[in-house]
Amino acid sequence: MESIKDKVAIVGMGCTKFGERWDKGVEDLLVEAAYEAFEDAGIEPKQIQAAWIGTVFSGFSAITLSPLGLQYIPMTRVENMCATGTEALRAAAYAIISGACDVALAIGVEKLKDAGTTGVKGPAIVGDNPDGTSGIGPGYSAPASFAYMATRYFNDYKLKPEEGKKLLAEIAVKNHHNGSLNPKAHFNNELSIEKVVNAPIVAWPLGLYDCCGVSDGAAAAIVTRADLAKNFRADPIYVKALNICVGARQGAIRQDYDFVHIEENVLASRKAYEEAGIKNARKEISVAEVHDCFTIHEMIVYEDLGFSPRGRAREDIEAGTFKLDGEVPVNTDGGLKCFGHPLGASGLRMMYEVYKQLQEKAGPRQVKNPRLGLTHNLGGNAGTGIGSVCIVGNEKG
Amino acid sequence: MAGITSIGAYIPRYRLNLEEIAEFWGGKGSQGEKAVAGYDEDSITMAVAAARNCMSPGKEPVDGLYLATTTAPYREKQCAAIVAGAVDLKSNSLTSDFTNSLRAGSIAVKSALCAVESGAAKNILVVASDCRQGAPKGRLEQLLGDGAAAVTVGSENTIADIEDSYTIFSDFTDLWRTAEDAFVQSAEGRFIDAQGYMPTMQEAISGLMQQCSATAGDFAKIVFHASDLREHMSLTKKLGFEKGRVQDPLFARIGNTGAAASLIMLAAALEDAQPGDRILFAGYGDGCDAFVFRVTDGISGMRGRIGFKDMLAKTTPVDYGKYLLWRDCISVEASSLPQRTEPSLVSRWRERRSISALYGVRCLDCGTPQFHPIGQAIRVCATCQSKDNFEDYKFSDRKGKLFSYAIDQLQPTLNPPGLNGVVDFDGGGRLICELTDYDLDAVAIGMPVEMTFRKMYQGRGIVNYFWKAKPVV
Repeated sequence: MESIKDKVAIVGMGCTKFGERWDKGVEDLLVEAAYEAFEDAGIEPKQIQAAWIGTVFSGFSAITLSPLGLQYIPMTRVENMCATGTEALRAAAYAIISGACDVALAIGVEKLKDAGTTGVKGPAIVGDNPDGTSGIGPGYSAPASFAYMATRYFNDYKLKPEEGKKLLAEIAVKNHHNGSLNPKAHFNNELSIEKVVNAPIVAWPLGLYDCCGVSDGAAAAIVTRADLAKNFRADPIYVKALNICVGARQGAIRQDYDFVHIEENVLASRKAYEEAGIKNARKEISVAEVHDCFTIHEMIVYEDLGFSPRGRAREDIEAGTFKLDGEVPVNTDGGLKCFGHPLGASGLRMMYEVYKQLQEKAGPRQVKNPRLGLTHNLGGNAGTGIGSVCIVGNEKG
Repeated sequence: MAGITSIGAYIPRYRLNLEEIAEFWGGKGSQGEKAVAGYDEDSITMAVAAARNCMSPGKEPVDGLYLATTTAPYREKQCAAIVAGAVDLKSNSLTSDFTNSLRAGSIAVKSALCAVESGAAKNILVVASDCRQGAPKGRLEQLLGDGAAAVTVGSENTIADIEDSYTIFSDFTDLWRTAEDAFVQSAEGRFIDAQGYMPTMQEAISGLMQQCSATAGDFAKIVFHASDLREHMSLTKKLGFEKGRVQDPLFARIGNTGAAASLIMLAAALEDAQPGDRILFAGYGDGCDAFVFRVTDGISGMRGRIGFKDMLAKTTPVDYGKYLLWRDCISVEASSLPQRTEPSLVSRWRERRSISALYGVRCLDCGTPQFHPIGQAIRVCATCQSKDNFEDYKFSDRKGKLFSYAIDQLQPTLNPPGLNGVVDFDGGGRLICELTDYDLDAVAIGMPVEMTFRKMYQGRGIVNYFWKAKPVV
């Protein structure tokens, strides 16, 4: 199997302000994100030869992208739950590599706040039978399905509830600190450990601030062939690996799944490291944007992605390894927790931050000497997941 | 000879204190409490629980199921079939609903005895279950409780043989409820006693005793329906029964459980009956069915199997406000969370065995028992990828352990907070499901659980049932 390393480059990106965008529709968010990307790449919309739009709830089919006014080009809607944004990028990248087109748009959007309800409807809630089945599943919430992991993690690694909750709080506090430095983030406030630990419980042991924001937003990327990239800009970002890993719901069916790791995360990252030629992720990754839908998942992702040894995320959290000035800065833009989580946009929002970091344009959040960046999404939940990992770098080779 | 071959009961764990109701309305209530079906229970789920309590593994399969209730969730659609599906009867079983009368339980028993005696059936499961409501503030609200009982009727390995029976009907309007009524209505109590209950019961019981030349002293136990304690005591006195032999009607413990009441009393009586005991048993409602049973040596096999004393002892209080909510007597603010969508009737039908009796499969290649998380058919093994090589595997009868859980404030439930989790079945297989009937303080990883058939949610009038886990008591 051939690697996609250094065959595709990102030459332009855009990302809207995330949040409760009451006065903006899907069309506004799409135009905002796309035109920022066009301008960033220095291209006209008519130069786009094909487009992939990722959305989970905010539109059906490629017609969702009609507000951009693109003139009779191939367009497709993709959906892969919370990995949807990354899926759009993957589709566009593969099309470039195939030679089907030279300049393509990957864009993701979600307008969750138009639902008029709290929380997110849909596939995260099995009982809603999104796939047309009998709806026999339990009415458990998305936070509950991640609380299973926290309960198990605390048990298996002998953390008292107060110790475990404090560790998770460190993650929320870190991400809010990063988000407070980011005007595009949904939330711009700092949190204290006490505030996080004492917040109302949503699904024990997870409290309000262990859960990510429900937001509106869009993000977009312009991709082209690596050998054409410098025609667009001096500092393109090269795709090193793009991997998506989906199982057969084994974790929800088989007793040997432990709920303290996610196999889909582990395998997606290992294959991506192999594709990118990464031997030691902790040493080689300069900045990572990971799927902190719930704080416990960010903690488990540290281990799944090999940043921390299995069962030892605690030591790294306590050592500040994942802070802006730490060894592996994680979620430098605030993450899902603070930047917000419009499902279809999130994967591309993560890439927006990594792209800016690798171009050293991340302002007060800038990490030092960046070379390789990573984005990670999990669609679904523990036992029934879609793991996705994308690795990019600011140099070829 | 035909008779009862097994008996079971189910009393929901919740109790509403009668004085609390009275206090709310500023009156003086009777002492005691009544059993209240949980927010996820109804006559069908309680019937399933009683039936499962009655049917012991390894016993001869039944070939029919009669469901007696005045509170079926449907006016059109047979409820016995839902219960039969949940207890996994073979498809050529005769199922029927016995409804509209408080006497439905004893009528169903009599019909089952007739079917067995005639040779038309070998074993019939009779389940009586009721969940009646009196209007808030009224006398009946204090009186009516929820519960279910089940008996199997057959001719071999009986625990109590039928000796004789006697039936009368009576077009007497004492209690009634029209299709439009949410609550049971009642005629004046003194009128009921004088012209309805007392003369009807006397006529039937005297008729039976005369028919089999028995006297009050011949019965070791006397079990009969009454709507309240006063009626019960009056009839005891009138017929000259010795108080110590009359089965406690349990009014102050569980309330009047309607069509299930007399069979629940019979279960309680049989739990400590001795071989040779003769039992007088009578059901009331639009007439009376009276029976004489003789307890056989087979009763020793039943001893302690119902767990009736535990059902009465291990209870959880429910406050009046929550009770009114569970019974749909008050409107509350709608959830701001997204609503569930309606399940497809087609897929529910296709997946009926998974839904009704919690059937999964076991892979014949690698041996892994498995249940699909959303009840889809399993065609390819999630472990070894072998295709279409499975045997059916029923999870509903298996116990398990809680592998992990969440106390979920967002779970749609009328008894928040919700609890859901990952259940690992003994012998293999895993299910992520809701839990019910738990004490939150006692919930822990490794907690032993068993499965219980419950009401999940209702849409378009359709009641969706599925299985939940509950702690093994």
